[in-house]
Amino acid sequence: MHIVVLCKQVPDTESRIKLNADGTGFDMEGIKWILNPYDEYAVEEALKIKEAGKAEKVTVMGLGPDRIVEALRTALAMGADAAVHVKTGEDTGDTSSVAKALADAVKAQDAGLVLAGCRAIDDDMFAVPCMVAEYLGVGQAHVVSKLEVDGGKAKAWRDIDGGAKQVIEMALPGVVTATKGLNEPRYASLPGIMKAKRKPVEVVEPAAGGAKAKLVKCSLPAERAAGRVFEGVESVPEVVRLLREEAKVI
Amino acid sequence: MSNVLIVCEVKNAEPKKSTLELLSKGKEIAGALGGSLSAVAIGSGLGGFADKVAPYGAAKVYVADGAAEYSTEGFTKIIADAVAKDGAGVVLFSAGSQGKDLAPRLAARLEAAFATDCVDIGVDGGKVTVKRPVFAGKAFAHIAMEGSPAVVGLRPNSFPVAEPAGGTAETVALPADFGDVKAKVVEVVAGESSRPDLTEAERIVSGGRAMKEAANFKILEELADVIGATVGASRAAVDSGYAPQSRQVGQTGKTVNPVLYMAFGISGAIQHLAGMRTSKVIVAVNKDPEAPIFQKADYGIVADLFEVVPKMTEEFKKLLAEG
Ligand SMILES: Cc1cc2nc3c(=O)[nH]c(=O)nc-3n(C[C@H](O)[C@H](O)[C@H](O)COP(=O)(O)OP(=O)(O)OC[C@H]3O[C@@H](n4cnc5c(N)ncnc54)[C@H](O)[C@@H]3O)c2cc1C
Ligand SMILES: Cc1cc2nc3c(=O)[nH]c(=O)nc-3n(C[C@H](O)[C@H](O)[C@H](O)COP(=O)(O)OP(=O)(O)OC[C@H]3O[C@@H](n4cnc5c(N)ncnc54)[C@H](O)[C@@H]3O)c2cc1C
Repeated sequence: MHIVVLCKQVPDTESRIKLNADGTGFDMEGIKWILNPYDEYAVEEALKIKEAGKAEKVTVMGLGPDRIVEALRTALAMGADAAVHVKTGEDTGDTSSVAKALADAVKAQDAGLVLAGCRAIDDDMFAVPCMVAEYLGVGQAHVVSKLEVDGGKAKAWRDIDGGAKQVIEMALPGVVTATKGLNEPRYASLPGIMKAKRKPVEVVEPAAGGAKAKLVKCSLPAERAAGRVFEGVESVPEVVRLLREEAKVI
Repeated sequence: MSNVLIVCEVKNAEPKKSTLELLSKGKEIAGALGGSLSAVAIGSGLGGFADKVAPYGAAKVYVADGAAEYSTEGFTKIIADAVAKDGAGVVLFSAGSQGKDLAPRLAARLEAAFATDCVDIGVDGGKVTVKRPVFAGKAFAHIAMEGSPAVVGLRPNSFPVAEPAGGTAETVALPADFGDVKAKVVEVVAGESSRPDLTEAERIVSGGRAMKEAANFKILEELADVIGATVGASRAAVDSGYAPQSRQVGQTGKTVNPVLYMAFGISGAIQHLAGMRTSKVIVAVNKDPEAPIFQKADYGIVADLFEVVPKMTEEFKKLLAEG
């Protein structure tokens, strides 16, 4: 089986976000870019399935401008075999066009399983892999914290409300998205990083697709007004009273 | 003119609160677009369901009665059927765990314009526009939905529930037929808690690394019981094994939006704030007056949480006994 892992490059979680001059986008100057943390779980799971002898090859795939190859190299350094770069400009389009371009590129790979993160920590749509599943006409298991793959089937435990889990049985090919708890991603070893430099990165050009959900403006949240800080356990009755009378939340 | 279709979430044959939020906001949007408001419900025992959503403005309710289990593909098929019958130009979901699974699948099937986890929605020049947090709430993206239909997910607890009024709704029965399904739910493992999920909770009490051990979360449970809250945790608490993963709030956990968020022994790391910064009122209890969480808190108490929590539980009990 061939596993394709969707990998997005995102700003580091500590990044400061600034608007561009006219407020129509963000100023990404000086941002430190990382592999989306949820995609690390997906890469790790693919490598584990391969190590268990249930897959022959792991290909990582990312869509975006040239800088995203760095994130693909991170995944290659963890142990993936090959990478596909779906090349776009800085503006990647909307969720549907990203998903459609990725689905087209996946079709060319003859994948038995597509793994992805359940969410990208920057745009946070929780959506691309489900759209990819629909475009491929296969099943999906979204937000998965445990996975078993055997023969042409997968069994996946989806995290749903309040700690409950839905157990999904799915015929492969299919799409599974990873959440925290699925595994502990390995760190890239030094030899892994050296080897990654020589692994193949195939570049594909997506068909142009227009955005139907258009980003028109960006804004920053209002700073929360400074609150009041009380000293000591003696202040508890006062705070409790304020929560009812002033904040009106109890 | 464009109709708005609400995708209901049904629990024990009742609409969830998040569904009432959708109806309330959806009615406003339908009004602005000069269309009508409809709803679609899938489940079992839905006999009188239309009467439960009509008071919130739904004029027509598509009901697929007899679906015992959830199925992404099956629900998508039925909702797509309702959209086609209704001619809806806007389809609204709640962006909880079910909506996150369904809405993108439906959007892809319908070649729709898509955005989710929106905290605001309006109509501008006949077009639906939405506002949604990006970069873990550090900024907002404002998006114009150019395509029709538009499939939009709204963040739970972002919109008030309108006062129910009179009114009746027409029921349109849809076959509860899932068609050919490739991924099937074979079992549901119950969670450890019967409280509302963190993403939909109105009140949350969270514990951090300072809880020191799993057993100590009992004091937060007791407080939560008194004020009707759901218990959350920081990643440090989860990774130390004090709380299950399902309770984690933050960038690699749940994004929450309660009216009251109380953080006990949580320092306020940026990745924790990512998950709870839109909370209406934030209370922080921390021994360290320099803890960054105090900069985000409306009410802070510099004290030992092990003294504060039992005292708070007692004070809230007294207050609530007064009525
Ligand atoms: C300059 C710019 C302009 C934009 N304009 C718009 C716009 O006009 N309208 C709009 O709706 N959005 C816009 N976006 C957002 C962008 O299109 C999002 O990347 C897209 O919506 C995908 O959603 P997500 O990143 O939240 O992915 P999610 O659905 O949260 O991602 C889940 C998983 O899917 C996979 N995945 C997602 N994206 C990729 C990728 N690029 N490569 C590989 N795997 C991936 C990963 O495994 C990820 O963990 C813009 C972004 C930029 C940078
Ligand atoms: C990629 C990435 C993703 C992450 N995702 C998340 C996430 O989703 N959620 C999350 O929470 N974190 C996340 N983190 C981790 C985050 O950076 C912090 O490490 C974490 O939030 C710290 O948890 P804490 O506040 O409980 O612990 P600490 O930072 O150790 O803080 C404990 C606090 O308790 C106080 N304290 C100690 N004893 C007492 C007492 N008796 N009474 C009162 N106060 C006391 C201390 O003064 C201190 O402020 C992520 C990190 C990374 C890099």
